[in-house]
Amino acid sequence: MADFVSDFWHWFIIIPTLIGIFALFPFIYMNRGSKKAGEAETTGHVWDEDLKEYNNPLPGWWLNMFVITLVFGIIYLILYPGLGRFEGLLQWSSLQQYKDQLQVAEETYTPRFKQYAAVDIQTLAKDDAAIKSGERLYANYCSVCHGSDARGAKGYPNLRDQDWLYGGEPEQIKSSILNGRQAAMPAWEAVLGESGVLDVTEYVLSLSGRDHDQPAAARGKTQFEAVCAACHQADGTGNPALGAPNLTNRIWLYGGSRKSIIESITIGRNGVMPAHREFLGEDRVHVLTAYIYSLSQEYENE
Amino acid sequence: MSSSDTYNYQVVKQFAVMTVVWGVVGMLVGVLIAAQMAWPLLNFDIPWLTFGRLRPLHTNAVIFAFGGSALFATSYYVVQRTCGVRLISDKLAAFTFWGWQLVIVSAAITLPLGITTSKEYAELEWPIDVLITIVWVAYAVVFFGTIAIRKVQHIYVANWFFGGFILTIALLHVVNSAAIPVSFWKSYSVFAGVQDAMVQWWYGHNAVGFFLTAGFLGIMYYFIPKQAERPIYSYRLSVVHFWALAFTYIWAGPHHLHYTALPDWAQSLGMVFSLILLAPSWGGMINGIMTLSGAWEKLRTDPILKFLIVSVSFYGMSTFEGPMMSIKTVNALSHYTDWTIGHVHSGALGWVGFISIGAMYYLIPRLFNRELYSLKLVETHFWIATIGIVLYITAMWISGIMQGLMWRAVDPDGTLTYSFVESVQAMHPYYVIRFLGGLLYLTGMLMMAYNIARTIAGHASVRAVAPSPA
Repeated sequence: MADFVSDFWHWFIIIPTLIGIFALFPFIYMNRGSKKAGEAETTGHVWDEDLKEYNNPLPGWWLNMFVITLVFGIIYLILYPGLGRFEGLLQWSSLQQYKDQLQVAEETYTPRFKQYAAVDIQTLAKDDAAIKSGERLYANYCSVCHGSDARGAKGYPNLRDQDWLYGGEPEQIKSSILNGRQAAMPAWEAVLGESGVLDVTEYVLSLSGRDHDQPAAARGKTQFEAVCAACHQADGTGNPALGAPNLTNRIWLYGGSRKSIIESITIGRNGVMPAHREFLGEDRVHVLTAYIYSLSQEYENE
Repeated sequence: MSSSDTYNYQVVKQFAVMTVVWGVVGMLVGVLIAAQMAWPLLNFDIPWLTFGRLRPLHTNAVIFAFGGSALFATSYYVVQRTCGVRLISDKLAAFTFWGWQLVIVSAAITLPLGITTSKEYAELEWPIDVLITIVWVAYAVVFFGTIAIRKVQHIYVANWFFGGFILTIALLHVVNSAAIPVSFWKSYSVFAGVQDAMVQWWYGHNAVGFFLTAGFLGIMYYFIPKQAERPIYSYRLSVVHFWALAFTYIWAGPHHLHYTALPDWAQSLGMVFSLILLAPSWGGMINGIMTLSGAWEKLRTDPILKFLIVSVSFYGMSTFEGPMMSIKTVNALSHYTDWTIGHVHSGALGWVGFISIGAMYYLIPRLFNRELYSLKLVETHFWIATIGIVLYITAMWISGIMQGLMWRAVDPDGTLTYSFVESVQAMHPYYVIRFLGGLLYLTGMLMMAYNIARTIAGHASVRAVAPSPA
């Protein structure tokens, strides 16, 4: 153990510990008292008019309890690490306990997920047991952002619909989970200017057939085609390869109000989906993907 | 010459009244944050009223404002009466009162503003820490100075406990709060990483051990034999458990850091000494309860004695529960759950709260030379508060053990059975029960404030039990 830089500290722990524990034995026995309980008289001192003290012996059961805890402590320190560098006869360590438990978990659970990994995602999405596993993985690792019901929140996509930023095919979903995603909608205020942002906003509203200011939208169209179309396409239908959202439907990751759209264009958006390859491993992500995929299939059937 | 001329009762009166006031305030904040746990809407989206800022306000208010004032009041009263002399310096004693109130008010302002060191139970920033140190040194001078000029040769046992508490808290506070200021309201601890954690819990657990245990045992050792009018059960037991308690407590901190980056050897030592701590702790309980042997019938008629004795019972229960929770296997389940909160509150509401309440009901009428306004109201207070505690701690036991079990539940495929939010959802009914328990306890405290106010104003009602004037 590297906790002790020299022998001094090793003994600095051991000596006071052992002296402390062993000194308690004579300390409690020498002070136990000989008279039986109830026969004892007071010490003879009186404070504050009437405060006195009997001198009853230490209760036997209490002494026994004390000794049991002391003996337990000594045995524990022989078996387990505690006395400085001494590792204890059982050679136990919390790190080893962790490694052992992890190994058992690997051996117990890996085969099941290996089996699942051999099945393609569409088929797995119809396997009830696999979907249950996927659901629990989702509840523990994904629900914090995407919501317990997987319907998302502002900045976190709804996973129950058919609208996919990075594509809804099984392999695309799996890739999103394994490798994560980093969106990159730049801030456009410097390029478009304040009025340009407002014009483009009106045009974006028009794309999904919403109320808009027509002259402004017409001005915005020119700028949209020059600036935004590179990612969102000239028709505004987006590009899953870049994670550029479709602007022609009424699904909005950061809110569809005029104010929210202005904000998105002005300051940009940089949503992050973290990578889970190292954390969950490919086999579990496979099962998780099947679950996510099944959610959009449910939606289709609804 | 009457006692009030011989002794300095002024400072005792001030601290005693503030004990009741801060008790109401601290518990009110507690009830509010308990309600916030059950109904998060009550955070109101106002930063100063959020749980994160009010929680340290609650803990500081009940421990240092309520508990601290009770300790100042009782220790000043006891040391004078058992030494047969007036406090060594009235001015210094007055300084400790106003200084301590200033600390409390500073805490009440800075904590809601989010000014914090983020060290649990030591959140106050460095200027307030400096003030605490100065007040504490003055306290030590007054207390030990009075002991030094005592007219009674033997030092009464309560004073050992008060003395041990004052010395150790000075040491704990100075070491744990050591920090380098970067501005008037911001400092960084001189410790870092796992050493910081270890120092923090060496402090944290001994704040429990010496502030909330040794200090209040001092209260127990005076007020129980006084109210019961019986001698202390065993002098030798008090010697043995005092030294064993002082020696053993100081090692127990690492049990707050089981299964963390703290080295295994330190965790083991913390656990072993926490278990050894059981007997020394129970020594105090035995001495408190057995002092009543031969006078048990008094419990039927005397609600003040009920407070004092039930307090010691809660003390025994918490100090059994504590060592059990320090066992690594148990801790693996209980740590980070509401069980800990329940454990703390059986100690705080049951032991610290009840012994302080009992002592104040004894003390305040004598200080002001008045009859207690209503003994019946004390009886009602006792039952309401007891039911409150029972609701509180049973709710936390159930929710704590449920949390622990839900967090570790694993399905046959190795996935966690429950997500965190599912465990939060399962807690809700118990959070409501906890809130109700706290509300009952606060109600009792308000009844006490009313009763005490009427007492001081001199509105004694007709009483069933004859008082025993000091």
